[in-house]
Amino acid sequence: MLNSLIGIIASSGGVAASTTAYDSIATATVGSGGASTITFSSIPQTYTHLQVRSIARENTGAGTSINDLLVRFNSDSGANYRYHYIRGNGTAASAGTAGSQTYAWALGTSQAGSTASVFTGNVLDILDYTNTNKYTTTRSLSGTDFNGSGILDFISNLWLNTAAITSITITTGGNNFAQYSSFALYGIKGA
Amino acid sequence: MAAGSTYTPLATQTLGSAAASVTFSSISGAYTDLVLVVSEFNSAATDTSFVFQVGNGSIDTGSNYSATEIGGNGSAAFSDRASNSTVGYLNGPGIGTSTTAPNTYAMHFMNYSNTTTYKTVLVRGGSAAGNTVALVNLWRSTSAINTIKINQAVNNMATGSTFTLYGIAAA
Repeated sequence: MLNSLIGIIASSGGVAASTTAYDSIATATVGSGGASTITFSSIPQTYTHLQVRSIARENTGAGTSINDLLVRFNSDSGANYRYHYIRGNGTAASAGTAGSQTYAWALGTSQAGSTASVFTGNVLDILDYTNTNKYTTTRSLSGTDFNGSGILDFISNLWLNTAAITSITITTGGNNFAQYSSFALYGIKGA
Repeated sequence: MAAGSTYTPLATQTLGSAAASVTFSSISGAYTDLVLVVSEFNSAATDTSFVFQVGNGSIDTGSNYSATEIGGNGSAAFSDRASNSTVGYLNGPGIGTSTTAPNTYAMHFMNYSNTTTYKTVLVRGGSAAGNTVALVNLWRSTSAINTIKINQAVNNMATGSTFTLYGIAAA
């Protein structure tokens, strides 16, 4: 119940020093009450890249296909995001772009009315996230197949901000995440 | 929470001779995701598709797989799908006829060990001689995956082909 009210905050505080190249930083798995928001806060600045791996599904709303997830860095909800994508829907490939977005479209989710037990798979890379000399870019692969329909997206995002990323917030834009939705944040080190 | 090694090599198979398939079995359920990296060569100059099957204890050969693909073949972008299939796909038809250019793929088995959701498998890869592709596969089973089988639809896989399985553990 608590998760449905305030979301899940997966803080990385207390991460021990590591000599490995790919570390788990924090994980948020949605419980039976659902959750409206996933937040990774206090992200360590000791890695070169970040990766978010997830399966996602909504349990509220009327949709029967897929939905974009809203990803924001450092709680920035200004019109500071731009994306490009290519999409396959099983019949044709398409591409597009949009600027002045208030979130990064970097992840997807199956909707509450879609085929039961189907969760969207997502792998999001956030590149050079601590660099304060350039805007931050991401790339992601997001796919959902419903056995007869489905969508696969390659997406790149630009966050027009030079700040180092210290938090990531993920929402559905009004619906809740379903139980078993899972978001795992990893850090990738440079040499 | 403590950070630790989370990208763990679980097994590697390198073909010493041409083989019809490669199987990873008794895969530990201790990880969150699996990543299978494939670098494979055709053993014959026959254009075909590259497929996989999974299971729990034994391979599921039922019509429980489906896939949506996007790709480019050097001339055009395309998208296609397979429904109620007996296999999942690393690459639909179009991998090319070269026996020397590698077919390389990274497969992501998302949340493979849970027993409550159908399993989604993302693939990025392509054939150096044929195309570049990405796919989303669905295995309509809530069973945990502990067995994976890879093969080409027609050709044997050639000597020197490599298959490396990694486990990624979340905190």
